[in-house]
Amino acid sequence: MSLLKDKKVIIIGDRDGIPGPAIEECVKDAGAEVVFSSTECFV
Amino acid sequence: MNSVIKGTSYILAHAPDMVIHNGSTQTTERIVNPNSEYLVKLPSHIRSYEDALNYRPNQTYIGNMTPAELGEIPQPWYDKPMENGPRYGKFGEIMPEDEFYMMMQVCDVFDLVHLEKGFVADVKPRFTANPVISEDIAARIHDGIDISEIEHFVNEEHAEGLYYQDKLVGYVKRAHDVDVNLSAHVMHENLVSKASSVLALLYVVKNSGIDKSEVEYVIDCCEEACGDVNQRGGGNFAKAAAEIAGLTSATGSDMRGFCAGPAHAMVAAASLVKAGTYKNVIVTAGGCTAKLGMNGKDHVNKDMPVLEDMLGGFSVLISANDGVNPEVDTDIIGRHTVGTGSSPQAVIGGLVAAPLARAGMKIPDIDRYAAEMQNPDITKPAGAGDVPASNYKMIAALAVKQGDMEKAKLATFAKEHGMVGWAPTQGHIPSGVPYVGFLREQILNGEVNTAMIIGKGSLFLGRMTNLFDGISFVVRKNAGAAQAQEGGVSKAEIKGLIAEALRDFAASMME
Repeated sequence: MSLLKDKKVIIIGDRDGIPGPAIEECVKDAGAEVVFSSTECFV
Repeated sequence: MNSVIKGTSYILAHAPDMVIHNGSTQTTERIVNPNSEYLVKLPSHIRSYEDALNYRPNQTYIGNMTPAELGEIPQPWYDKPMENGPRYGKFGEIMPEDEFYMMMQVCDVFDLVHLEKGFVADVKPRFTANPVISEDIAARIHDGIDISEIEHFVNEEHAEGLYYQDKLVGYVKRAHDVDVNLSAHVMHENLVSKASSVLALLYVVKNSGIDKSEVEYVIDCCEEACGDVNQRGGGNFAKAAAEIAGLTSATGSDMRGFCAGPAHAMVAAASLVKAGTYKNVIVTAGGCTAKLGMNGKDHVNKDMPVLEDMLGGFSVLISANDGVNPEVDTDIIGRHTVGTGSSPQAVIGGLVAAPLARAGMKIPDIDRYAAEMQNPDITKPAGAGDVPASNYKMIAALAVKQGDMEKAKLATFAKEHGMVGWAPTQGHIPSGVPYVGFLREQILNGEVNTAMIIGKGSLFLGRMTNLFDGISFVVRKNAGAAQAQEGGVSKAEIKGLIAEALRDFAASMME
């Protein structure tokens, strides 16, 4: 069973790492509910 | 024919007092947490001008060290300074903060910047001794004013104070009493950007040897916006800077795309010249005040100096093909399109793999890649990692996935095709372009044949789209130069042969 199934998830992605929308697709597939997702630029 | 990179310049201005008074991390902290421990500790973590000169990544930026030489020094670099770091380098200089305030004053054409009498008397001789400060620019220096007048404008008229070694020495006043787009804060940021762009323009003219009157177009690619209440981003930084730099035959425009701005501007400039629209175009950008001390909290927490105390600027001269200088190959352009997607694989695919595949090339065929050349000394302590290294890993991984490269070469890809980062975290400043100066030299001396410059932009920060952006282009050895080296005949040689034949013909007519 997925670690993220039925969990509420807050995503902060990284422009030069894994951006928010890419993480979003993964956690949705794992059965989580995305309550907030954004990508930030740390440089 | 492709256009060529005829000259480059890279300048820095040390801005320690602006870190404290104008950096957005600090100004925000003063609003939300005015008594914070960070604000108390910050002044003791500010670097002196000498520290900034002795900092190796700064010396790399102005061309006194190569990225390869910097890469030989074990990280971190802030605790391994060089001795007697020079102010001037082959690409530009590291200007001290007091002289930079004078640079801002000479770039102001609306009587917004004023400096204190004693300060002007002290700084003027040093400022005018700078080899790029010509008489027309020196003539723009105003007489200083009384400190009481400066205090009045800062305390009563919403002016931004200019501080040097923690002492008030001048102000930037608002350009309108209610228009937020002409507030003292905005005017200060824009004048900083303009002044650093002008300095870079003066150096690219000097470094390339071009006659100022031959520059036809200037493209500014910084991340600021100038305009008033009715047109917030009306522009035009490019023409405003060209005016002060004395480029009287030029007009210009601004191109924006967050950190991808410079790469977009380079492609546009190269295309304009290739099309024959203009013969000489300069891409230019000044620095960003808001980003000063952006990661200062982490640097202070780790008991480091606040390393984001440098304003950056650069200019690149793109000219018609001369048969010698490196070409911008506009046939190999990578684009992150609306439909590309945001996964790292899709991003690098769109920017690197796809354009090379269209040109029948593989990822390892490019000698050097320059993506985000942020200095890891700044980003690693702040938890943002080593940005250039992350980009090389992703490019290498895609090369292996595509079957372009053996998996065993993953570990050495960054060393063979990349370099360490050295540029200040000034947004658009580190985005691919810091390498163009070194690249031009390395291609001219035969060390490198091809390189890909990659710009990436965080469009989502503007809250108009969730999309990211990126664009890449390839620079290669001039086809004429390459042909000459391979024993072929260059354009210059053909001209020589024709001239010789005509001379012989003329001589035979005389007999």
